[in-house]
Amino acid sequence: MNRTVNPKELPLDDDNGPLYVAQKKVYPQSISGTFRRIKWGLMAFCLGVYYFLPFVRWNRGLGAPSQAVLIDLPNSRFYFFFIELWPQEVYYFTGLLIVAAVALFLMNSIGGRIWCGYLCPQTVWTDLFYAVERLIEGDRRERMKKDKSSDPMKLERISEIVLKHSIWLLIGWWTGGAWVLYFNDAPTLVRELVTFQAPMIAYIWIGILTATTYVLAGFMREQVCTYMCPWPRIQAALTDEWALNVTYRYDRGEKRTSVKKAAELRALGEHVGDCVDCYQCVAVCPTGIDIRNGPQLECIQCGLCIDACDNVMTKIGRPKRLIGYDNDVNIQRRQEGKAPVYRIVRARTVAYSAIIAAVGGIMIYTLATRSLLDINVLHDRNPVAVRLSDGSIRNAYTVRLLNKSGYDRVIAIDANGPVNATIHVIGIDSVTQDRPMIVVPRDSTSELRVLVTAPVEGNPEKSIPVRFHVTDIGLGEVASATDNFVAP
Amino acid sequence: MTDHHSDIDPVSGRSTTGHEWDGIKELNTPLPRWWVISFYLTIVWSIGYWIVYPAWPLISSNTTGLFGYSTRADVAVELANLEKIRGAKMVALGAASLADIEKDPALLALARAKGKTVFGDNCAPCHGSGGAGAKGYPNLNDDDWLWGGSLDQIMQTIQFGARSGHAKGHEGQMLAFGKDGVLKPDEIVTAANYVRALSGLPTRKGYDAAKGEKIFTENCVACHGDGGKGNPEMGAPNLTDKIWLYGSDEASLIETISQGRAGVMPAWEGRLDPATIKAMAVYVHSLGGGK
Ligand code: SF4
Ligand code: SF4
Repeated sequence: MNRTVNPKELPLDDDNGPLYVAQKKVYPQSISGTFRRIKWGLMAFCLGVYYFLPFVRWNRGLGAPSQAVLIDLPNSRFYFFFIELWPQEVYYFTGLLIVAAVALFLMNSIGGRIWCGYLCPQTVWTDLFYAVERLIEGDRRERMKKDKSSDPMKLERISEIVLKHSIWLLIGWWTGGAWVLYFNDAPTLVRELVTFQAPMIAYIWIGILTATTYVLAGFMREQVCTYMCPWPRIQAALTDEWALNVTYRYDRGEKRTSVKKAAELRALGEHVGDCVDCYQCVAVCPTGIDIRNGPQLECIQCGLCIDACDNVMTKIGRPKRLIGYDNDVNIQRRQEGKAPVYRIVRARTVAYSAIIAAVGGIMIYTLATRSLLDINVLHDRNPVAVRLSDGSIRNAYTVRLLNKSGYDRVIAIDANGPVNATIHVIGIDSVTQDRPMIVVPRDSTSELRVLVTAPVEGNPEKSIPVRFHVTDIGLGEVASATDNFVAP
Repeated sequence: MTDHHSDIDPVSGRSTTGHEWDGIKELNTPLPRWWVISFYLTIVWSIGYWIVYPAWPLISSNTTGLFGYSTRADVAVELANLEKIRGAKMVALGAASLADIEKDPALLALARAKGKTVFGDNCAPCHGSGGAGAKGYPNLNDDDWLWGGSLDQIMQTIQFGARSGHAKGHEGQMLAFGKDGVLKPDEIVTAANYVRALSGLPTRKGYDAAKGEKIFTENCVACHGDGGKGNPEMGAPNLTDKIWLYGSDEASLIETISQGRAGVMPAWEGRLDPATIKAMAVYVHSLGGGK
């Protein structure tokens, strides 16, 4: 907001005070309404996915893990439903990160900090912790009163506090517990955990996540958003005048008066604002700010002040959305008495959507056409080529066969390149139809030393391309890779 | 404190620190308390760190820390663990026969990996890191073997060497026909050209093939065999193929015939343990030249 404030209107900082400020405890009031319902829904969804996903089973056949989502660090595999990724395929994660980042940009250019207000883990868990606090200690007023009470040592009060922290710790512990389940077979690990048979590292991680959840959601709360998170700073650079942000429409709200006075003045035909200065929007705000002062860094745009004010407006019979999602352009336009305009489709939203579609499309395409049989070839460097006693030339290669399927494969390998070339694989004497045969066990790789010999006369000028083919004898699946055949 | 209290930013209504850069002033925004506390805690933590871990340089060493922590000791433990893991596998390697190792993919992979590092440490100075050899040092990737290229023959050569002084080592050398006065210079030139002709290389104009054959039959057949096909029993190279350890040009051959050759392959028995020698034999065999 660019309104100039008369310095005398605002409280001054106490410069003679200490060099730091104490955290002002925020007591958000409970509220009901559209955005609160959206938040409950998303919270249930996010937490549900997080806590229960490890228990979803997925049949991958004998010997393979049957957990739908599993990060198998010891074997360097990542399982996600029908997808199984190998270390060579970590670029899928790069793609995923790009999509995630651009999706965040897109959210921001459409509706401001949607991520912060509804989906960020810090928001979700803090919201959950507040719900627990409210359930046990009561709503805003009660909590404020209890905190101020000069006699806090009553048994009832102590039991309340103990209960609250116990439930918080329980939630934190479950959060850590769910985390480790993503790295191990969930039912097995749960059994090990309760019988104290699980590996130390599991307990350590549960401890770390219990502590961070408890501290960040129970105590740090809005301080994380205000002081620790980089996103509020970054998002300021990503937003523009068309992005919808939670906004107090002060053209409609000012000048603030009481309900009674407003009615009187309206009767006289004077312009009065709709804001009745009830401070409901401030009371519900989880970051403890007054949205009527304009857009602020602390605002996570959770929309709860919208619900609060809508309730007030309904009660006093004025139109809703005195506080609502609005853009900078309209703040200006309404002050000039013009009709509001909204623009979702603009260069940046189109560009972001296009990037998401392109990267997502490529990922889906490569995933769908991903082969379960692969070959990598590396030419020997020292020596690059050897002249044999009969004058022919031999090149050696390190060939790696990847069998990403769930069954053992019998694979035939052959090389196409120089005229009359023969192929020999070290350690393999059995040759069928001129091709060495190798068994590559399921879900593993085999590294072979392959020699290609060709009766090349003299010293050929150029290197000759040589193409290695591998064929699954059973299924006919093929893969190939090209390298070069050179002379000494 | 300066009088910046009076300098109030009109937009936010807050006082400034009094600092100004290009017309931009810094608001006087105090840090949150927990942030300040965290900062002091890091200082306390660092002092603990100084005490617990090696930290301060002294004149000739450093403080060792309360727990005597040392990265070197850590590495030693890791290496010992590695040896323990590898030990069992190396025993399996030592127990298996050479032929069995070649047939078992797991043992073959282990032997090749082990052989490769040992080769790099011990053999690479002469034979090159990839076994490509050099003039006077055999290329181990090709199919020409002075002392035989079967697994057993390779292993024997590695174990006992050639002209190594070991009782079981290979013996036999190229005599110095010129130096010892057995052949006259013009006979040596003739012999060199005859040998070139054996492997299809062009000969000097006016060279007498009949005379060459006579010299060869009288002096060389004993080792190099009829037709110069070589003899692995004596380490006598095949003179009819395309591979020449000391070069196939006339000058090199004249030098070989007149001065003789006697390269030494050291015996590795006693310097490397049997399982390692076995691994090396398998590795060298798998380079491509093994028969
Ligand atoms: S000002 Fe409104 S939208 Fe912003 S954090 Fe507070 S309640 Fe949420
Ligand atoms: S809730 Fe609405 S009416 Fe009440 S103070 Fe906030 S903006 Fe004004």
